[in-house]
Amino acid sequence: MMVSKKTLAVAAMALSVVFLLVAPFLFKPYGVFILSTWVVMTIAAIGLNLTLGYAGQVSLAQAAFVGIGSYITAYLTTRGWPFWSTYMLAGTSCFIVGWLLGYPALRVQHHYLAFVTLAFNTLVYLIFRNEEWLTRGIYGIMNIPRPEVLGWSMAKPIPFYYFLLAHLALISAATWALIQSPWGRAFIAVRENPIRALSLGVDTRRYTLMAFALGAGLGGISGSLYAALVQFIDPTPFALGLSLNLLLMVIVGGSGYFFGPFLGAVVAVLLPEWLRFAQGYYLMGYAALVMLLMIFCPTGLLGFADRLLTPKAKSDSGPNPVLPDSAAPQKAAG
Amino acid sequence: MADFIQLLIAGLATGGIYALAAVGFTLLWQTSQTINFAQGEFVMLPAFFVLIGMSFFGMPFWLACVAALILSMITLGFMFKKLLVDPMLNHGTLPLVIATIGLAILMKEGVREFYGADAWPFPPLAEATNVTVLGAALSLQSLIILGITIGAVVALQLFLSGTRTGRQMQATALNPSVARILGIPVERMILYTFLINAALVMLAALLITPIYLAKFSNGELLGLYAFIAAIIGGFNQMRGAIVGGLVLGVIDNFTAVYISTQYRLVVPLVFLIIIILFRPQGLLGRVEERTV
Repeated sequence: MMVSKKTLAVAAMALSVVFLLVAPFLFKPYGVFILSTWVVMTIAAIGLNLTLGYAGQVSLAQAAFVGIGSYITAYLTTRGWPFWSTYMLAGTSCFIVGWLLGYPALRVQHHYLAFVTLAFNTLVYLIFRNEEWLTRGIYGIMNIPRPEVLGWSMAKPIPFYYFLLAHLALISAATWALIQSPWGRAFIAVRENPIRALSLGVDTRRYTLMAFALGAGLGGISGSLYAALVQFIDPTPFALGLSLNLLLMVIVGGSGYFFGPFLGAVVAVLLPEWLRFAQGYYLMGYAALVMLLMIFCPTGLLGFADRLLTPKAKSDSGPNPVLPDSAAPQKAAG
Repeated sequence: MADFIQLLIAGLATGGIYALAAVGFTLLWQTSQTINFAQGEFVMLPAFFVLIGMSFFGMPFWLACVAALILSMITLGFMFKKLLVDPMLNHGTLPLVIATIGLAILMKEGVREFYGADAWPFPPLAEATNVTVLGAALSLQSLIILGITIGAVVALQLFLSGTRTGRQMQATALNPSVARILGIPVERMILYTFLINAALVMLAALLITPIYLAKFSNGELLGLYAFIAAIIGGFNQMRGAIVGGLVLGVIDNFTAVYISTQYRLVVPLVFLIIIILFRPQGLLGRVEERTV
């Protein structure tokens, strides 16, 4: 094993970036649309990775935030608001709602938290479906306009794809900076051992809430972009299924790895489309992959690659993500 | 008043079915810390075992049921434990939760792929007749469901507290290490709870499928109700799950009629959130102590 892990990672990244930049010229419009969906879902998954992978808080509510973001943009842009104001609003409102949803996490952990967030997601979905005066219920909101950037229209698929890609790049850079900052370390400290973190002077309360709020805010941003991408939204995509799917994306890719969500979204969004002929069998294979990964390598595909590339003798000092559950003692359930 | 009694009985009947699924759910949690996110699909699948037995192998209904029961115990009990739960015992709770989410997708997609996405009729256990009690017309089916549920729960309770094996299972649930020191075959006891869970979901499938029809997506809502029932009652108590299931069935029915059909799920969900936040051990559960 002469090639270092870092070289491989940089090479893989460079190849992916080149691919993403030239991709629109290789595919038909539908392929560009699928790639755009991948970008949007990756942003939502990056948010969930902050909450789950870095701060160790299980959330089954990410679809609710994508939904809230989508509906804010859909409702306001169809009433003549400029896209950017609805975009900011989507991000901030989800940030606030996410902050509030973080409070239960201060009381209960793990599976209990999963259930609370699951219930929250279902409640939000019911509101989308039933409050027709606001969301038009199952009829959905149509003709959502796409934004303009400095006078350039993003209405065509390819410009809009690059618009999304630019977003992904900015958000990735910001998230990377966040993870490298003391905040990122505090998140990991809260995940690894909340009691120890607290005794070392980390304000676990604030960081737990912040992890939820940031994850939710990214969910809202992703939702806002999603609304502009598909231009028609109804409640169906924001049901619990998407939350589970996003959770699987983060876990399959490698929870707590920076590029985990990117890879997870490839497996969950891109591959099913390219393996269309396999239809339902693809989902079954995907489900089987999830189970096999959990049995043999709970740290996901990147964790698996990490394990393959790390020489057994000396352990690497790189990221050491574990699923939140395995090491951290459970916060008292009472 | 007659309406009220009717609703109450119907609510208790559906609640009884939720309770069956919830009891199995809590049994798995108590003995092996398994949170089965596929519990709803576990109720969905045996119905298809019965249908396959009847349509492909031409079995009469009762024989198909027996075959389905055996098949459930093998696949949903034995294989589930050996192939999925056992290899993950040391990974903690969350990876197993995620693996069962994967299992749920696999079962759902498998049924859709191999049996179809339609809702299939399922033979009912009783004619659709009504019995009049105190001026209330009660459906015979509800009464039979309620009877069978009570019978099953009482039988399970008698088994757990009255037989040697049952008491060994309780000891295993209470404290596996001490149970092992006392010479109880803990591994086998855990396997028994998986088999009992498989039998319970089979029973729940028999009772609920005639009402909801057999459909690949049945498990989504059923699973949710089983969680809610288990948590409301108390995750670590069997009688908690029973009470939780019955309360949930009644609340659900009354909400649908007196408040709103569209929002019938809201009341149980809000109830769930309140219980988790303020009484996470459930209505009847005991506090689980954790060491740091």
